[in-house]
Amino acid sequence: MDNKIRNGNLYTFLYAAAIVIVVAAILALTAQVLRPRQESNVRTETRLYILRSAGLAGGAYTVKDRNAYVEKEYNRYIKDTAVGPDGLPLFVCTLEDGSKKYIIPLHGTGLWGPIWGYLALDNDFETVYGAVFDHKSETPGLGAEISKEPFSEPFRGKSLYKEGEFVSVSVVKGGKAAGNPNAVDGISGGTITSRAVETMIRECVIKYIPFLKHE
Amino acid sequence: MNKRIFLDPLFKNNPVSVLVLGICSALAVTVKMEPALVMALSVTLVTGFSGLIMSLFRNTVPNRIRIIVQLIVVATLVIVVDQILKAFAYDVSKQLSVFVGLIITNCIIMGRIEAFALGNKPIPAFMDGIGNGLGYGMILVIVSFFRELLGSGTLLGYRIVPQSWYMGNGGFYENNGLMILPPMALIIVGLIIWIFNAGKEWSK
Repeated sequence: MDNKIRNGNLYTFLYAAAIVIVVAAILALTAQVLRPRQESNVRTETRLYILRSAGLAGGAYTVKDRNAYVEKEYNRYIKDTAVGPDGLPLFVCTLEDGSKKYIIPLHGTGLWGPIWGYLALDNDFETVYGAVFDHKSETPGLGAEISKEPFSEPFRGKSLYKEGEFVSVSVVKGGKAAGNPNAVDGISGGTITSRAVETMIRECVIKYIPFLKHE
Repeated sequence: MNKRIFLDPLFKNNPVSVLVLGICSALAVTVKMEPALVMALSVTLVTGFSGLIMSLFRNTVPNRIRIIVQLIVVATLVIVVDQILKAFAYDVSKQLSVFVGLIITNCIIMGRIEAFALGNKPIPAFMDGIGNGLGYGMILVIVSFFRELLGSGTLLGYRIVPQSWYMGNGGFYENNGLMILPPMALIIVGLIIWIFNAGKEWSK
């Protein structure tokens, strides 16, 4: 193409306008077409996390149609979604032996973005039955490790109480939690995210405690 | 010709060790091998296809806004791929979500478009992009191999150093905490550059 036209103002303006319109159309179209599928993936994931915090739905990562599997398991175990204090959600999970676990959703702030998770409690409302965590954009290999089992598994069996007082579960320096019923090991190199998990648990669970104890 | 375009960026003109591009993401994603592999694959695809697309348009893009046009093409490509993954491969997309920003701003992509794709035909531009992505990925994998092995005692999440070796369990071994921290990535990249250059001297 002639260089004089190509570098002229009119051509530059038209080119910029055209590319913006084309790109906007492509992006809007992809977003619209794919939205229903994306939303159902997100819903399945939320439900899967609720189930996983109570140690259920272990087959979800190997099963072929995950959406259907999770839907079925969720309806089987989570029969009751009570409204907690101040209208906060609380999930009641009834296991096969009839025992009930109470699942509290958690929301907090990590290093780069939001973090969240679910904490399942035994029906003494003191002992942690299980926990899962996830994050939007923590550093891969460091803070992002909170979503992996080596971090969340040690929460099982920890106590939120010490000598009758609510102390929550602390996330301490890696290797220092051995034998402490109120602490788990943090992630080396992911200190800020580890602390954020600790804060998140304390701040979210404390709202539920008077409510649960009263029930 | 195409073979040289493809192979040069792996060793002779490696984007990280020779051109020193893309160092920033080498810091962020090399603590573990798994994110390093995801990142390497994504960048390879994006450098390849953005090179191809920009090369197709190379004779129409107005000079004064060419950088903006490149950025739009790269960003659109990454976002569309991310959207498709979100719908059809949700797990992969969750892994990738953190990297989307890092992929778009990776200097290798813009660098190769500016230096190569805008002046060459589509097929060589595509090969050049893939080659550079692989050259970059190779360094990422080497760095993450050492950082994960020495920093966490695992590779791709599998335990390599036996638990019984650790001091905590009565053994003699301790993970090197420095390996997990960002400075170690730069030190390892530095060592790789050194080895590459020393190799070039010897082969003369």
